[in-house]
Amino acid sequence: MSATTGGGAAAAGAAPPPAQTPRTGAGPGVPSSSRPAWRRALSSSPAYMAVVLLVLVALFSLLAPDTFPTAANGRNVLTDVAVLLVMAVGTTYVLVAGGFDLSQGSVLVFAGVAAAKAMEALGGQGAGTVLVGIAVGLLAGTAWGAVNGLVITKLGVPALITTLGSTGAALGAAQLLSNGTDVRTVPDALISVAVQRPLTLSWLVWVAALVALVGGLVLATTRYGRHTQLIGSNAESARRAGIAVDRHTASLYVLNGALAGLAGLMSLTRFATTTISGHTTDGLQVITGVVLGGTSLFGGAGTVIGTVIGMFIPGVLNNGFVVLNVQAFWQQVAVGVVLVVAVYVDQLKRRRRNAA
Amino acid sequence: MLLEARGVHKAYGHVQVLHGVDFEAEAGKVTALIGDNGAGKSTLVKILSGALAPDAGELSLHDRRVRLTSPEHARSLGVETVYQDLALAPELGPAENVFAGRELLRPGLLGRLGVLDKKTMRARAQEAFTSMGTDVKDLDAAVAALSGGQRQSVAICRAVMWAKDLVFLDEPTAALGVRQTGKVLELVRRVADSGVGVVLISHNMTEVLEVADTVQVLRLGRRVAKLPASGTTVADLVGAMTGALDTPVTDARDDDRTDDRADERAAR
Repeated sequence: MSATTGGGAAAAGAAPPPAQTPRTGAGPGVPSSSRPAWRRALSSSPAYMAVVLLVLVALFSLLAPDTFPTAANGRNVLTDVAVLLVMAVGTTYVLVAGGFDLSQGSVLVFAGVAAAKAMEALGGQGAGTVLVGIAVGLLAGTAWGAVNGLVITKLGVPALITTLGSTGAALGAAQLLSNGTDVRTVPDALISVAVQRPLTLSWLVWVAALVALVGGLVLATTRYGRHTQLIGSNAESARRAGIAVDRHTASLYVLNGALAGLAGLMSLTRFATTTISGHTTDGLQVITGVVLGGTSLFGGAGTVIGTVIGMFIPGVLNNGFVVLNVQAFWQQVAVGVVLVVAVYVDQLKRRRRNAA
Repeated sequence: MLLEARGVHKAYGHVQVLHGVDFEAEAGKVTALIGDNGAGKSTLVKILSGALAPDAGELSLHDRRVRLTSPEHARSLGVETVYQDLALAPELGPAENVFAGRELLRPGLLGRLGVLDKKTMRARAQEAFTSMGTDVKDLDAAVAALSGGQRQSVAICRAVMWAKDLVFLDEPTAALGVRQTGKVLELVRRVADSGVGVVLISHNMTEVLEVADTVQVLRLGRRVAKLPASGTTVADLVGAMTGALDTPVTDARDDDRTDDRADERAAR
């Protein structure tokens, strides 16, 4: 037996080791050293991705001093990121709990179409119509989330397959609802919201900031957040500790669906049309940003502040390339490379910790 | 008597695993349960800790008959079990693990919103680790970064913190080196000295004799011996385990192998 078996994977103990050759914790003793909190924070993935983000901002500011570091451009970046960030907060929870959700882009479209269709059917341009639209959009997203959650927990279908299925189904259902063409009859009251800028920033940005703030606090400081981490770290131990694992897991997908619904409403507000074909890669972009922010694909660890940083890296790259007149396709190449490198470095750190 | 089982029967399909086993555990004492593979140790422990229902037999806690319906039920009666896989969350810290599923909330409005009282949980975990004399010092490190012995200590401390009466420990030293085994055994002893009953399931007879007060031996689904640890030798135990009391050295392979493994590890 080699010393490397004494790692975190062994301690997770998904399968009880055979009685004669137990492998849990076979590693030799580690001298435990206490490190101050600020040093731990600095060596964490979010801190190190924050440095990457700052370097990117500095680089683009140097290369395009007149166009990149301006208030208007900053607003652009923030608004671009806002819609995706709302979904990314929910996906952070899902990934921390050891789950997976690909379907948000399609659920966003479905919720947007459902809301637009409802408002169209109702007629009128006022706030009442908009409120009904908001309720329908949120409900539509929540419903898809509930379907995902129930299929995953009650039927035991793997999350990847379930949400791959609902990615197709939600988009198809949205196209059925709209006959395949975008709905452009958005009430004036909603469009007027898009141009308002309380405290210089769009409402979309404020909504995203609020979602991130509440989401971050709940994950880091409450029992709901702690149970999310415990389930992702070791579902069996969570079950033995008396946590209702299935119910909690299902609630995370419901939450994620509701946030995709909210994102659909935000997108509708911003573009005044349902942009059915514009969100096929949203689900992947969201997961990319969340993982860039240090959330583990294997569950148990992750923060919303990391996700915020992780979502801004593709956002800033994209904007920077546009400002520099670099072909925007390079952004996809760059994000792909950054993602793989970031996860590789994270794995290295994990391996070093477990081998210690 | 803290825990008493009488005539416990259990069969899986046609295979009769337990043939009317008796078992007793006392408060403040370490009761060892030993037996060869297939003797029925795990089945018996599962029944005693509520994870499995017996086909027949009586269970009583504090001389009162009980029918355990689930591990949660057993836990509500003050009986905790540390399984061999420890069931720790590797990404989280020792204090988080100790309070898993039993988180303390802040008083007042924040608590009603579900906000955790991390400070108190940390302090109480620290207190438990210190009073039990464990070497778990870094409360900030993830459990994955702890040594095997420290992990075992976290799991045992968690069980002891919540067990009012009785703790089952399933092979707590099976994966440990010599030095860490020593530490865990010290911890087991201290737990018993604090008044909690401990049932120690083990393969390693030397260690059983070192730490236990009584040893109960299972063989082929029957309790074949109940011996006081003092004055008993490894040869007696092997004899009882293998049913070869007259030729006590027949089959000591298990024991040897465990020791070899421990030595190997210590050598690294």
